[in-house]
Amino acid sequence: MPGWMSAGLAIQASYFVTAVLFITGLKRMSSPVTARSGILWAGAGMAVATLITFLYPGMSNYEWMLPAMLIGGILAWWSGKRVAMTNMPQMIALYNGMGGGAAAAIAAVELYRGETSGYVTGSLAVLGGIIGAVSFSGSLIAFGKLQGLINRSLRFAGQQILNLLVLAAALVLGAMVAAHFNASPAAVTGFFVLALVLGVTMTLPIGGADMPVVISLYNALTGLAVGLEGFVLDNAAMIIAGTVVGSAGTLLTQLMARAMNRSLGNVLFSGFGDTGGEATGTVTGSLKPIEAADAGVMMAFASKVIVVPGYGMAVAQAQHKIWELVQLLIDRGVTVRFAIHPVAGRMPGHMNVLLAEAGVPYDLIADLDEINAEFDTADVALIIGANDVVNPVARTDKSSPIYGMPILNADKAKNVIVIKRGKGAGFSGIENALFYLDNTRMLYGDAQKAGAELIAAVKAVG
Amino acid sequence: MTGMVALYIFMLAAFTGYEVIARVPVILHTPLMSGSNFVHGIVLVGAMVALGSAHTPLEKVIGSLGVLLAAGNAVGGYVVTERMLEMFKSSGQGAQRRAPGQDARAGSAARDGDERQRGAKQGTH
Repeated sequence: MPGWMSAGLAIQASYFVTAVLFITGLKRMSSPVTARSGILWAGAGMAVATLITFLYPGMSNYEWMLPAMLIGGILAWWSGKRVAMTNMPQMIALYNGMGGGAAAAIAAVELYRGETSGYVTGSLAVLGGIIGAVSFSGSLIAFGKLQGLINRSLRFAGQQILNLLVLAAALVLGAMVAAHFNASPAAVTGFFVLALVLGVTMTLPIGGADMPVVISLYNALTGLAVGLEGFVLDNAAMIIAGTVVGSAGTLLTQLMARAMNRSLGNVLFSGFGDTGGEATGTVTGSLKPIEAADAGVMMAFASKVIVVPGYGMAVAQAQHKIWELVQLLIDRGVTVRFAIHPVAGRMPGHMNVLLAEAGVPYDLIADLDEINAEFDTADVALIIGANDVVNPVARTDKSSPIYGMPILNADKAKNVIVIKRGKGAGFSGIENALFYLDNTRMLYGDAQKAGAELIAAVKAVG
Repeated sequence: MTGMVALYIFMLAAFTGYEVIARVPVILHTPLMSGSNFVHGIVLVGAMVALGSAHTPLEKVIGSLGVLLAAGNAVGGYVVTERMLEMFKSSGQGAQRRAPGQDARAGSAARDGDERQRGAKQGTH
């Protein structure tokens, strides 16, 4: 059958090209200069692989396949184009969960059919199935939490033991399915139900602040599940792409956890995340307010200003106003840098995306390690909607829940101006000692309104 | 492919994934996570193969669900990654590109005009 052979060869060659395009694309995405082209390379790889797969020998069920592809693709396209940049983390979680679900579906088709050859392949299908299913239901919970659909973090005594029992039961059932490969459909169904339950019960107790690490972890797990199902289907493109994402995602998860000063074990098995400690310790000193006009003058005559944006700025949609203010200052000859804490947004790197959306060029933006030495030389540190990430007690107070977290040393600047809506404590409920320092002034009000007032003040200086 | 060769591919791919992003700066964590999320959308290929060889109605339904979810992963992952990376621009904008973290004072006057133009344009949508 020459036609069959050449189709097979074309498919193998195309998958090879796809693997090269994927790896090149990921490599380019890891540097800001080449990142934009990286996604195009990876996209080309995906297009090649998808199109050539229609030529797979013995393919049928196109009347099922094409509508499914269209529905999934169009819905994702529509939602992806519309989602606001602030909601990006939960959208990534959603798409990632879909990938995990697809890997689990592949495993389910193979296991229900019960034709997979041999014990090893069966085990791989089961393993990929459980990982994919956990990633699917877990990512949906993560989406629900970040989207505000699920507000409570369900915790009760013995939760970890229950999770362990569910995992053990799923593995036992999975081993039975893999061992006699014609296991009853009931066993297969039970296996997948347990795996889906495990994803839910694992993710429910984890607080919102830790969700980015969890999403990243599920991203790596989906990659692994895809790689494993690639072995089952003997599909090199899936093996390579899945494994590459599995290991890259694991590394990325570790980097994120480190940037947030959390260990992975801590994230998964304790439950700090959304409540944190009670407001502990009292801070001496008083909060000293400042008018926008005075703050504007202070910045207009500064030689160096460091802006510290927090999620509060993004919520107020004030990044455009702040960038306008910064441009005015730059025109006056002021050196301005943006200082980004790894958890300034909803996940490491998220704030950079939000600033980029407002038009801030990435070379004005510095991360924590780069900028911390520069606060000594700054005349003004402008804090907008950030709180815990500039709280100096993380350096000094061993009893504080955030002790040890790397912070931006905004307190080292000659003057600190804090734009804040009200007098409440931060995300973690901890009083911020920075606000009470002698060189700190509070500019109360909505970040967007305060930004507009500062712009007017700087313009008035002329 | 034989089991041993598959194992080698697995090992080499794992090292590749690690090395490829080992030195990624924090500013790219979110887009890169989104980009790798797109790459495992290759599961679409597997879902197509699984559905393409399905016989019973149950297999067809699950296979179709797999294709639908996988297509969502691939398309959604691409769209959001592209949207995020689209916005990453340096002060130089093509003329001269600097690594992040370097002082951006030089040439800021030349930049301001087109930055503001773009800021205005982006504000409209």
